[in-house]
Amino acid sequence: MTLPIFVPGDDPGPDFVGLLGRLGVGAFESTVPFDAGQITHGTTVLAIRYSDGVLMAGDRRATSGHLISHRSIQKVFPADSYSGVAIAGAAGPAMEMVRLFQLQLEHYEKVEGNVLTLDGKANQLSQMLRNHLPAAMQGLAVVPLFAGFDPRTGQGRLFQFDVTGGRYEERDYAAIGSGGLHASTVVKLRHHDGIGADEAIDVAIEAIFQAADEDIATGGPDTVRGIYPVVALITVDGFEQLADDDVAARTGTLLDRLRGAS
Amino acid sequence: MSMPMYVSPEQMMKDKADYARKGIARGRAAVGCTYADGVLLCAENPSNTLRKVSEIYDRIGFVGVGRYNEFDQLRIAGVRHADFKGYSFSREDVNARSLANQYAQALGHNFTHEMKPLEVEMLVAEMSEEDGGDQLFHLLYDGTVMDTTSFVVIGGEADAIRERMEGTWSREADLGSALGSSVNALAGPDRQLAGDDLEVAVLARQNGRRAFRRIEGDDLDGLLA
Repeated sequence: MTLPIFVPGDDPGPDFVGLLGRLGVGAFESTVPFDAGQITHGTTVLAIRYSDGVLMAGDRRATSGHLISHRSIQKVFPADSYSGVAIAGAAGPAMEMVRLFQLQLEHYEKVEGNVLTLDGKANQLSQMLRNHLPAAMQGLAVVPLFAGFDPRTGQGRLFQFDVTGGRYEERDYAAIGSGGLHASTVVKLRHHDGIGADEAIDVAIEAIFQAADEDIATGGPDTVRGIYPVVALITVDGFEQLADDDVAARTGTLLDRLRGAS
Repeated sequence: MSMPMYVSPEQMMKDKADYARKGIARGRAAVGCTYADGVLLCAENPSNTLRKVSEIYDRIGFVGVGRYNEFDQLRIAGVRHADFKGYSFSREDVNARSLANQYAQALGHNFTHEMKPLEVEMLVAEMSEEDGGDQLFHLLYDGTVMDTTSFVVIGGEADAIRERMEGTWSREADLGSALGSSVNALAGPDRQLAGDDLEVAVLARQNGRRAFRRIEGDDLDGLLA
């Protein structure tokens, strides 16, 4: 592993994926056809804009066909200090994409000496998805959500994507994955302007609960093993994941309420 | 056919070394030292945008003096080396020793094979999770590497600054006093350096995964007061 020094015309600049290409390590190299049903998939993540920033949440289940392959995987990650990325789709390539995305942002920051704008970060993710399109067409589709605190507007912002790299900024909320439809209905009914952190967290936990109630690929709260959804808040203070105890307590309150209602 | 003029290898190396040393001595100096919480990097640099002190990786920092374009190219190569290594293996596998060796190879190769030697002097610092494990690697224009756990002075008038540092540096010093001795050593008896003349950063154990933090503006003025 020698020192990667390039002549000016051939220099990849602050692009880490470009650097990997120069070093002969292709990211997202094409794959051979296979039975995509056997590949591990992750499901149901959401993002909600609230008064101080933006919230991201995801369930913990990964499935292979009709089997549960993992009960406690993580689908919500910090992208850098002020943004987060959540993934749905084929778990292997999705994890790799998150890792490359995190590295890309950090690499840019170190080489250039300043941080990308939130739009710049979203655009980077969009390009990664476009490069991944051939694999997506073979059954390895990955769809992320990207959200962050924009210091220029002083607000949280969130972006949805499709497999072709299409990037769509949403105003208030978005939910994707197999249970995304059910989750977004819950959020849609309860979201309002100026929603606070406390209420947004409860809405997110209920949205994932209801998605798990309708969709077999989405994991609900597992009180036996103590596995609860991942909830993270991104504000002016940065990315912060809620403690499991907090989510467990809020889930308990939700379950009590549902029992009383039925 | 005319014969090329004969120059003895000793003379050639000496000329190159003199050339490099002269270039480096023209620039302002920088100091890196260990202190109670990690490593302090401090450079005399009136520019706010052209950096001498930078982050390489989670626990690794870099200081370069001399020709800006040359040490900046090496800095970027270091960031690439570290990020690629961390991507291929794990973040814990990236260390300053391996990077310093790579730098030494590149500098040494350039010194012996190219007409013009690189006019740079660099410091690669690594903060350790344990107290007292911090390491500083001092690299010269010809590929010489020296390692120490106390302090390193690079750039012009390094000998005088080193002498002043020797009298005041202590491993147990807190950030304020470590900065005080570094700045006083850089300034010398006849000058005062203000926050605007300095570029300061730390690799500190309490900073989490990415230990590198710049100290600027009011924070810096507060520490200097």
